[in-house]
Amino acid sequence: MQIALEAHERGTGFGDFTARQTMVLRNRHGQESRRDVRIKILEVDDDGDRSMFVFDQPRDVKGTAFLVHAHRTEPDDQWLYLPALKRVKRISSSNRSGSFMGSEFAYEDMTAQAVEKFTYKYLRDEACGELTCSVTERTPVEKGSGYSRQVVWHDRDALRIWKVEYYDRKDEHLKTLEIADYQQYLDQYWFAGTMTMMNHLTGKSTVLNWSDYEFQTGLDDGDFTQTSLRRAR
Amino acid sequence: MPSPSFLRGGVLCAACVSLALVSAEVRADTEFVYEEVSGRISLESRQFPESAVFPGQASQATGLVFHPKLYVEDAEGRSITVAPFFRYDGADTRRTHADLREAFALVFGEAGNSEWEIRVGIDQVFWGVAESRHLVDIVNQVDLVEHPNEETKLGQPMAHLTWSAEWGVLELFGLTYHRARTFPGPAGRMRGLFVIDDEHVSYESSAGEWNLDLAVRYTQSFGPVDIGLSAFDGTSREPSICPSPVPGAQLTQHYEQIRQFGIDSQITIDAWLLKLEAIRRKGFRNLFCQQEEDYGAFVVGGEYAFYSVWDSPADLSVLAEWNYDERGQNATNVFQNDLFLAVRYALNDVQSTDFTLGVFEDVDLDTRVLSLEFNRRLTDYWAMNVEAIAFLKIGDMDFLQHGLENDSFVGLNLSYSF
Repeated sequence: MQIALEAHERGTGFGDFTARQTMVLRNRHGQESRRDVRIKILEVDDDGDRSMFVFDQPRDVKGTAFLVHAHRTEPDDQWLYLPALKRVKRISSSNRSGSFMGSEFAYEDMTAQAVEKFTYKYLRDEACGELTCSVTERTPVEKGSGYSRQVVWHDRDALRIWKVEYYDRKDEHLKTLEIADYQQYLDQYWFAGTMTMMNHLTGKSTVLNWSDYEFQTGLDDGDFTQTSLRRAR
Repeated sequence: MPSPSFLRGGVLCAACVSLALVSAEVRADTEFVYEEVSGRISLESRQFPESAVFPGQASQATGLVFHPKLYVEDAEGRSITVAPFFRYDGADTRRTHADLREAFALVFGEAGNSEWEIRVGIDQVFWGVAESRHLVDIVNQVDLVEHPNEETKLGQPMAHLTWSAEWGVLELFGLTYHRARTFPGPAGRMRGLFVIDDEHVSYESSAGEWNLDLAVRYTQSFGPVDIGLSAFDGTSREPSICPSPVPGAQLTQHYEQIRQFGIDSQITIDAWLLKLEAIRRKGFRNLFCQQEEDYGAFVVGGEYAFYSVWDSPADLSVLAEWNYDERGQNATNVFQNDLFLAVRYALNDVQSTDFTLGVFEDVDLDTRVLSLEFNRRLTDYWAMNVEAIAFLKIGDMDFLQHGLENDSFVGLNLSYSF
């Protein structure tokens, strides 16, 4: 719990950022498919983050946008913008375990992991690469989660997450996330460059590359409304 | 209440002022920092397995759609969007058509704790929550030759002002020009017993298609409850289909001046979406232009999703909606008392594969229409859609659907997006 709280504290306070995500989805035969997403994130005092995802690739869903108002204890609010109909649809947020864009990342893996959404247990310290990591187990509080538990490797230096093992509801080892290419921004915050999610049951994997991070870009609540969602392009 | 003409003058002024503002803002420093061309080319074919009711009607229709979109944006996010649409149809000359779906300038900003946005030009607007029909949605005309489901719309010239704050979102629309609905021609299928004249359109307003129509919409969310209230005053988007004064000639389109109030609401709880849309419309003529009849109509229903069914990533959603129109047999649409039931199976795979099976069941008139849809992405640029609509039975008293008995079809669409 201490580790999670401190990691959370060290990871918050950046205000807002924009970035690009490129995902490469690979099936067990090596066939690839690509997803390009532009992201905006805004921290909100005493509430979960506001997030906006706008899709550029695959091209048939270009301009589709996804808005999330995350909450710490209440269910999140989510809206989808469908550019072909110019329709904003409020959608259910209860499908936390559903696949994000057909990738190996679930919605619950993509959105910020509020401290309140888990209970924690310290397991051990062990070497991870050149660093020493604390290994903890966290158990989701929400019933909608697809996981029975997650095992998380935080390094002792900066409490960055390097690896997460996901166990499904039958407690089978479903997926492993490995995080690499950390860079420090604003002289303080460490953000990942590469996230690789491997699904052990299907042999599929998704590599998520982050780029073009920009911090404190002046975003505010007005950039995360249904009206601004309709402006997405 | 101020007279409509006074209101119209006011809105026209506001529209002119915002047009001036927008053009000044966008033109003054035309330093566009972002430009983009995107769009879609589709090859489409519909096969009608049953023989046509009328001579000259095609048994298959193959065509091509080109729908590019140009977008430019300056450093402040102000933008211009232009999106023309072209369809070539091998069977029906009326279905071969072009439209300017979008051509608008957009500016937005903040004023204290509120946000504003102005769009001026040709645009598309969607209101509502229901799936089986879009009852409160009234700003744009339907491009009916595209699809009988009335989901595709013609571009609408307008000035559209949005003002949003803690108290909700208020939108004002000044609609400067009326578009007549498109209808299939003599050679087209799904036209019913009568061809509708698309050349001689009449209006109740002395200003004809240039009548300034007004609309206002307010939306707000209270936790899981979303509410929208809307009002429209002006030229009906739905035509009154009237017998021609000349015997034997086509039916004609006549557009009445109407006033419509609408409410739409969705409650989103867990995997439930509960939906309601209702309208009250005044000044519209009932079936075959008999007489003006004020009426109410609603669609109520919902959707429930089962996630990760059968130990897979797939979702199964069940939809049910009840459409009701208090004019009953005098209703001008097919939704006078109809149930819509559907299941949607989404695989949530890399190809975004989904299947939807739906049925429209007319409670009074013994009509049943089945629809099947299948979507799948083939590559990062190509996608396919297969759909089938089957008119299983059409009631003897269901005059609006007579002539559609043999128009069941299977359609295949291959799209390249760029």
